[in-house]
Amino acid sequence: MALRSLATRKTLTLGLNSTRLTQSRALQTFSLPDLPYDYGALEPAISGEIMQLHHQKHHQTYITNYNKALEQLHEAIQKGDFSTVAKLQSAIKFNGGGHINHSIFWQNIAPIREEGGEPPKGSLGWAIDTNFGSLESLIQKINAEGAALQGSGWVWLGLDKELKKLVIETTANQDPLVTKGAHLVPLLGIDVWEHAYYLQYKNVRPDYLKNIWKVINWKYANGVYEKESA
Amino acid sequence: MAAAASMVASSSFTFPSQGLRLPTRSHPCMKAQRRILRKDASNVIAATYELKPPPYPLNALEPHMSQETLEYHWGKHHRTYVKNLNKQVLGTDLEGLSLEDIISVTYNRGDILPAFNSAAQAWNHDFFWESMRPGGGGKPSGDLLDLIKRDFGSFERFTEEFKSAAATQFGSGWAWLAYKANRLGVENAVNPWSSENDKKLVIVKSPNAVNPLVWDYFPLLTIDVWEHAYYIDFQNRRADYISVFMEKLVSWETVNARLEKAKARAAEREMEEERRKKEEEWKPTDGDEDDEGLEMYVDSDDDSEAE
Repeated sequence: MALRSLATRKTLTLGLNSTRLTQSRALQTFSLPDLPYDYGALEPAISGEIMQLHHQKHHQTYITNYNKALEQLHEAIQKGDFSTVAKLQSAIKFNGGGHINHSIFWQNIAPIREEGGEPPKGSLGWAIDTNFGSLESLIQKINAEGAALQGSGWVWLGLDKELKKLVIETTANQDPLVTKGAHLVPLLGIDVWEHAYYLQYKNVRPDYLKNIWKVINWKYANGVYEKESA
Repeated sequence: MAAAASMVASSSFTFPSQGLRLPTRSHPCMKAQRRILRKDASNVIAATYELKPPPYPLNALEPHMSQETLEYHWGKHHRTYVKNLNKQVLGTDLEGLSLEDIISVTYNRGDILPAFNSAAQAWNHDFFWESMRPGGGGKPSGDLLDLIKRDFGSFERFTEEFKSAAATQFGSGWAWLAYKANRLGVENAVNPWSSENDKKLVIVKSPNAVNPLVWDYFPLLTIDVWEHAYYIDFQNRRADYISVFMEKLVSWETVNARLEKAKARAAEREMEEERRKKEEEWKPTDGDEDDEGLEMYVDSDDDSEAE
């Protein structure tokens, strides 16, 4: 009897210990953020079908796989399994990057009735004119970079906090903008993975790039710019 | 303009910077290329690359791969790669080269030149259409099946590994079954003691336009996992697309034929290696090792060097 209770207590303690460990490491799990608009609200620039697939399938999958990779990483660190830790890095970058990038993206676009497409006012508008001459010139450059990107990736309007200027950058796959420079802050990202436009625009990526500006949410980009350049 | 054009036509020694679109940093590989041209200077003709249709009608793979997909994938994407390739090659030293030669030159050991994407994607898509057939799928047989069992344990394990490679190629790219003759598992590394066991089947995946030709492997089978390959039919469900490809589309006959060719070429190269090694033994030692080697390859019938 005593032995049994000893065994039980040991198991209980072990269980408690591992819970405590988990709690102290606070393994956070991520979940899909809600969109602040309906799937169909960005038509005809981006179809409701694409928005739904993009959000519920693609973004959700990045989050699911990111959570899985983090859990595996947590285990591997605890076990001291360094080769697994190293092996997991690409899955973390890919899926974590996918989560970060898409979370930004949903805020970069807005329905027209919520000022989507309205040209930037405030300090960002001024900075664009200073850095690129005009909004049209900026758009032209971003579209050229986006169209020329081979394979999958993103095209960004970023703020270089160190040099205090606006930059246009592209990243491959789901690499976040910081992979191009630690002082780069994303203001605006346009997803040029085929899943972002294929059902509607097929192979004609330039048409997608032309039309997305009708729903770009400059208010958000301006907000980030003002906060980061303060 | 006319003068420049005639200069390109008459001379195979045009400097890359003269009115051509290749960046100057391509000079090291342009040197290698000029040597290739020197070998058959009489064959410098302006060849254009053509869009070959798949070996079956565009609706022949239904319902597994829709006609609509073929119309866009072949009719638009593949067509554009070929169009761009012709544009990028016109008036440059790449003109007249075979597609495979353009691929290896413009791969430039990983420091990829602009024409690579068009050339490699043109080649990849030809290879992809031919890797499928209506009523495909099932299992391979004969030598191919034996090799698969030898190198993967079983056909089921092979299928698992191939599907996994295709599913885990992040972003755009391809998954391949390839025959690796005497190349080691490291790029550009040749096994000097190659034996039967080194002629292995391998599964590899590659990003964007890269293909196993650049690692000197013999590709046998490929699946396109760029989203445009499956989005119309499967949307985000890449895994389903891959399963359908394996179960209903793979042309094992084609893969088999490619394996036979790969084995034959590997044997040819082995004999060529043997011959070269023997000639090395008979050659008098000279100063400049590197140049000697290259010249021997180009002017192999020139007996004036041998003593």
